[in-house]
Amino acid sequence: MLDDFMIRALAGGFGVALISGPFGSFVVWRRLAYFGETLAHSAMLGIAFGFLLQINLTLGILATCQVLALLLFFSQRQRLLASDTLLGILSHASLSVGLVALAFMEDVRIDLVAYLFGDILAIGATDLAWIFGGGGLALTGLLWLWQPLLAITIHEDLARVEGVAVDRSNWFFLALMALIVAVMMKVVGLLLVVSLLIIPAATARRFAASPEIMAVLASMIGCLAVAGGIYGSYTWDTPAGPSVVVAASLLFVISLVLPKRTV
Amino acid sequence: MDNLLELSNIDLLIDKRHILHQVSLQLAAGEILTIIGPNGAGKTTLVRIALGLLQPTSGHVKRLSGLRIGYMPQRLHLDPTFPIKVKRFLSMAGKHQSDTIESVLQEVGAPHVLESTMQSLSGGELQRVLLARVLMRDPDLLVLDEPVQGVDVHGQMELYQLITRIRNQHQCAVMMVSHDLHLVMAATDRVICLNQHICCSGTPEAVTNDPSYLELFGPQAVENLAIYTHDQSHRHDNTCDCCKGGKCAR
Repeated sequence: MLDDFMIRALAGGFGVALISGPFGSFVVWRRLAYFGETLAHSAMLGIAFGFLLQINLTLGILATCQVLALLLFFSQRQRLLASDTLLGILSHASLSVGLVALAFMEDVRIDLVAYLFGDILAIGATDLAWIFGGGGLALTGLLWLWQPLLAITIHEDLARVEGVAVDRSNWFFLALMALIVAVMMKVVGLLLVVSLLIIPAATARRFAASPEIMAVLASMIGCLAVAGGIYGSYTWDTPAGPSVVVAASLLFVISLVLPKRTV
Repeated sequence: MDNLLELSNIDLLIDKRHILHQVSLQLAAGEILTIIGPNGAGKTTLVRIALGLLQPTSGHVKRLSGLRIGYMPQRLHLDPTFPIKVKRFLSMAGKHQSDTIESVLQEVGAPHVLESTMQSLSGGELQRVLLARVLMRDPDLLVLDEPVQGVDVHGQMELYQLITRIRNQHQCAVMMVSHDLHLVMAATDRVICLNQHICCSGTPEAVTNDPSYLELFGPQAVENLAIYTHDQSHRHDNTCDCCKGGKCAR
């Protein structure tokens, strides 16, 4: 009764939701939403590079996001500009440069909406390989960084004095963020990536007594949102990516009226 | 015996502005050293240099090799979305036995907050929990940056007594920052009065009679300082705990 494309969409969506739970929790705790937004917007530049160099687009996005993460890592350490100003410049510049570059390539015609809002129903076997391969790698990396990152979240200097490799951990975390943004693009698009990171995590907060529980709950809530969004998209013929975000937002609103109980 | 910590001729320039000028200090084992000075005197900066968190423009920092440092930062900004209980916070300090968390909390006089979330603590409770985290590391040197902030005068006195007690019990040295004078005097062996450079240093009695100390703070300011510090704590406290802080600082 379920078509193949639906099964692939659900599998891809669940994969992305599982990744976004733990990463989204850190994005919320460390107030990195705007940073994630910048990484996602730079994906447009990656798409342009992908077409220009005729390489796999996900690879192009991945490479651009990694370079941007590196750039942010060093510029933030220099403390030249307020971070949000810097992020704003990089975010909109990379998005615009990407779009302008694409416009110059006359033989390239792209479905812009699919890149901006995702195209979950068109997920293929390669995309699934990216989601589960890349996502699996990212989650393994995060598990390895978990304790140091928690210590840094509490207080960076305190972590440093207590012997945590702060710079190395931060740098690895940014690299992993760049990886998951590239992977999540396919499902929710570059404009909605951050919503899938922060909305399930924010929903989970009210019910979590420890960081680990919040991360796992966020993954579960993300899966629920994906299932709800795809079902809604199928039933009412609405765009799938935004439908997933609507479902996630509804879950968030519902969580606000539920009694606050932590597990 | 070797000094635990030696800073010699520390200079720090930021944008051609002297933040610290020719600061030298030594800290011996078991000694309590307090750095006092007005806002913007470079107290926290000096502590960060001593801890190795910041590189001075010139000068040398020597820490005894293998020195275990327990650090209590000036502020702890935990995002309200970060779910963490006191027990977990303390367990992250490093090696410990299962009963140590309870006994350390007992020692700092806050055994009742074990299962509380970090964000629900009052000013006084938070400072005690931060002290407990320092003790979890079984340190040779405690570095405390404004350990009594967010606490009323009565609570401040108790915290200073607690710090002295900890030093006596654990035989560790203490380096702390304060912009308060009266209360800290009873709890310290040596005082350094800092305003970009070292104005004067010595025993509390010697420093309070030093002309440069009086010049820096003024006789009137010295009289009023206890109250002044209290007001400060209210202004800094953005968690609406300022009223609770008084009650809980038993």
